[in-house]
Amino acid sequence: MRSTRTIDISTGLFVLLGFAAILFMVTQITNREFSLMSDSYRLEAAFENIGGLKPGAPVSMAGVTVGRVEDISYDMKLLKAVVTLRIDGRYNEIPNDSDASIFTAGLLGGQYVGLSPGGSEQPFRNGDQVEFVQDAVVLENLISKYLFNSAAQESEAATTPATAPAAQE
Amino acid sequence: MTILRELLQSFLTFLERVGRLARFALQLLVITPAGLLRVRPIIEQVYNTGALSLVIIMTCGLFVGMVLGLQGYDLLTRFGSEEYLGTATALSLLRELGPVVTALLFAGRAGTALAAELGLMRATDQIAAMEIMAVDPMRRVVLPRFLGGVIAMPLLVAIFIVVGLFGAQLVGVQFFGVDSGSFWSQMRSAVELSDVREGLIKGFVFGIACSLIAVYEGYNALPTAEGVGRATTRTVVLSAVVTLILDYILTALML
Repeated sequence: MRSTRTIDISTGLFVLLGFAAILFMVTQITNREFSLMSDSYRLEAAFENIGGLKPGAPVSMAGVTVGRVEDISYDMKLLKAVVTLRIDGRYNEIPNDSDASIFTAGLLGGQYVGLSPGGSEQPFRNGDQVEFVQDAVVLENLISKYLFNSAAQESEAATTPATAPAAQE
Repeated sequence: MTILRELLQSFLTFLERVGRLARFALQLLVITPAGLLRVRPIIEQVYNTGALSLVIIMTCGLFVGMVLGLQGYDLLTRFGSEEYLGTATALSLLRELGPVVTALLFAGRAGTALAAELGLMRATDQIAAMEIMAVDPMRRVVLPRFLGGVIAMPLLVAIFIVVGLFGAQLVGVQFFGVDSGSFWSQMRSAVELSDVREGLIKGFVFGIACSLIAVYEGYNALPTAEGVGRATTRTVVLSAVVTLILDYILTALML
């Protein structure tokens, strides 16, 4: 039997390692950044379609992450998806006519909210509504639009040769 | 007719074992609050089950992670998306491999030790001696071992996952030259806090199951050399089967 001191020390080391591993998983692997400072403010934006946006997705301005998507809900009165954005308190001078759009990172990547600054003198305040929004681009809609367009062009192309010779005569 | 009767008989034996295990678990649950106050024996058991399993957990974690790195890289280059290696390894380690492999190793390393120790105590009449001295062996011997295992398992799972990630990073980034930045950032953007929670909950549940099976089998071992051996074997087999079944149930619940 080893002495209690050795047991205590190695148990302590083990428990410490375990908690360090948990801490590493929570802070380094996930997309949550635990800022000890609760110095941040919320904005709301109502979208017609948010695509695959999830809570925790980054909010970026010019590629710099300035906040996170905190909550997503569906407003039964507006009939829109309401996205709550939590913006870091450091970025408190964002013009209040800035617009929010939902973008996709890469072809397969996750979706994020991009803010592009407007020209207003007034900055956003806590609880403000982002007025100018642009919905997520849904790939299926794009494809169907493209298919319908090309189908329409084809049918146009099919009808024009019949009328064109008549016009020439 | 005899076959049917035998089937019925074995089914009844199975039910009896389940019932006894459940009763044993309830007994443990009842004395747990009081047992938690006696910290000293629990620390010793955390040392026995946790700290002593550390080396094997870290070694296996490293190699599981490295294999994930190899296989993941091979698979993902076919789609030209090897920057998702971090995401793939992190999710598979957090959700499945971490808890399950740790539980299997735990059953092999710590579970067998517990079962053999308790079985030997039973075989050498130490448990009977305690009962004679009016010392409750459930409180004194079984409970700290059970609690030590339950505390140690989630920590072992966490260590396994983190070491595994570094193993995957070693193979993917250092050997194959996947971009280090995209390895970690893709992982970070895809892994949710709920994935970490899922892994830890699984680790906790598997810890309860494996520790319970180990102490139950050891405590109720036949007091012979053969009985102790059979108890150890049953611990490993039962722990593995129960872990995999529980894994399916938990995954279905949390997905």
